[in-house]
Amino acid sequence: MNSLYYQKRLSRNIGDKFFTSLSVICALIAILPLIFLVTYILIKGGSQITPELFTLEPNPPGDDLDAGGINPALIGTLIITTIASIIAIPVGVGGGIYLAEYSKGGAFSRFIRFGVNVLAGVPSIIAGVFIYALIISTKILFGSMYSGLAGGMALSILMLPTVIKTTDEGLKLVPNELRYASLGVGASMYTTILKVTLPSAFRSIATGVVLGIARAAGETAPLIFTALFSYYYITGLGDLFYEMGSLAVLIYNFALEPYDAQNKLAWAASFILVLSILSVNIFSRILAAFTEKTKRV
Amino acid sequence: MEEKLTLFKNRKRFGIEKNIDIIFKNTALVLSSFVAIILLGIILVVFFQSFDSFSRYGLKFLVTSEWNPVKDEYGAFTAIYGTLLTSFLSLLITIPLGVGTAIFITEDFVPKVFREIIGSFVELLAAIPSVVLGLWAIFVMEPFFRTFFVFLHNFFGWIPLFSTEPTGRNSLLAILILVVMLLPIVTSIARDSLNQVPKKLRNAAYGIGASRWKTIFSVILPAALSGIMAGVLLALGRAMGETMAVTMIIGNSNAFSWSLLSPGYTISSMLANQFGEADGSQVSSLFYAAFVLMILSLVVNIFAQWLVKKFSLKY
Repeated sequence: MNSLYYQKRLSRNIGDKFFTSLSVICALIAILPLIFLVTYILIKGGSQITPELFTLEPNPPGDDLDAGGINPALIGTLIITTIASIIAIPVGVGGGIYLAEYSKGGAFSRFIRFGVNVLAGVPSIIAGVFIYALIISTKILFGSMYSGLAGGMALSILMLPTVIKTTDEGLKLVPNELRYASLGVGASMYTTILKVTLPSAFRSIATGVVLGIARAAGETAPLIFTALFSYYYITGLGDLFYEMGSLAVLIYNFALEPYDAQNKLAWAASFILVLSILSVNIFSRILAAFTEKTKRV
Repeated sequence: MEEKLTLFKNRKRFGIEKNIDIIFKNTALVLSSFVAIILLGIILVVFFQSFDSFSRYGLKFLVTSEWNPVKDEYGAFTAIYGTLLTSFLSLLITIPLGVGTAIFITEDFVPKVFREIIGSFVELLAAIPSVVLGLWAIFVMEPFFRTFFVFLHNFFGWIPLFSTEPTGRNSLLAILILVVMLLPIVTSIARDSLNQVPKKLRNAAYGIGASRWKTIFSVILPAALSGIMAGVLLALGRAMGETMAVTMIIGNSNAFSWSLLSPGYTISSMLANQFGEADGSQVSSLFYAAFVLMILSLVVNIFAQWLVKKFSLKY
């Protein structure tokens, strides 16, 4: 009769308790440093935020009194990510369209899908090395060496796999009935794609692309020897062909400076970078959840 | 109405429209082949740039650790050893933690709301740029662990791994920051593959009287193993190529040491440190090192994809 009740001392029950607490401990060990990390960045970085930060140039390290602001780096990050998006989005969306709409699962498309996955796993610093060899050491861009343009190209290599993948997967989710209906009323293939399938997959593609951009904005390794760094305001289009600062490289350079003022600037830049990346992520998550709900109805 | 109908009747597809269709298709084809071109381009460019150094040092480059621009002697053993050491050791710590956390999230120990919050929080952390992690490691982690490292050295100094006096940045800190970076990757992939295991399997195991953890160890984990393995391999590739956080905290010293408490080097941190100001045969040697790194991560990535394809769940 007793065997019908839960028995604490049974070895299987003791073992279960043990492993349950082990997994709880794992979760705690995994999550506590992460919570600590985020709150530390937000508090330490947030306390450095002043209006001048957004308008001033950073002062060269050495004079310990005032580090200045991060205006050139902030603008530089925006410019470099924009360049990367201008290159990666058309190429990636076009490639994704081919994979999802035209290819019939043959050797070529399988090879490209494989290549996308491999390219996604290429270390980000290799993208920088590649652009260095291809563009900077050859001075192919009108004789300029380190430039914001080259940095944008290096980032676009990292964005490309994400964009292709999200386009490919977003288009595959569009029901085939829509395609048949459009082709059935006599629309040509490109009209079908541009007017029917792409718009209906727009939200999922846009979410993926925005997440890719957010990831690229935080990348440092491809920029440290392609875009380098600059202390000066970006004044015109010509500055694209010269060294350009970015938030990520500013954090890297100033974290390694022995001066407190520069370190504080690095924290402030981290705050801005992390806050914008996290809010983009959270926003697109909410949007995705919202889309899913409306689809079910 | 009548007018519209005739409009439809007379509508024919013009030649120009057919041409646009063909152009559109071919543009998409060309754009998709860009991936292959870039991938092959990266491999070829890095290989040819390293040719000079490759022909001079051959495979000796991989096993010597002299890195001296003045004497023009190059060998990347310290960096290669550092890359493998930091990535494998960090993975060794991450796997149990990540899989344990994933099990915690997929089982019903706490209400679903909490589990979802923890899950999406972990995923958000994967989005934090590694340079920020490096900054945090320098100013928070290093001072935090300093006393612990001194303790390690004092009591376990007879083990070669802890034989040097800890002075600031070292390989062990790089391993720890890699753990923080890899945890979100391993946890979220392990969680996804655990979630994909059909409910039927779990119910069948419970039905024949298996306890919760018997079910997890003998049914659910084996069924999810291929996905978890693939995630682990992806994380390994990421760890080997990770640059910023490691460069900032590893200490960047080419002097070889068995000790985890001494400054070390990885291939990517060597590239980050020296590429900007290198010239002559040093550049070629750096390209050689980059080529080694690329081959390592390519092998790991291709193996991961093969694993997914070969052992993907078949239910």
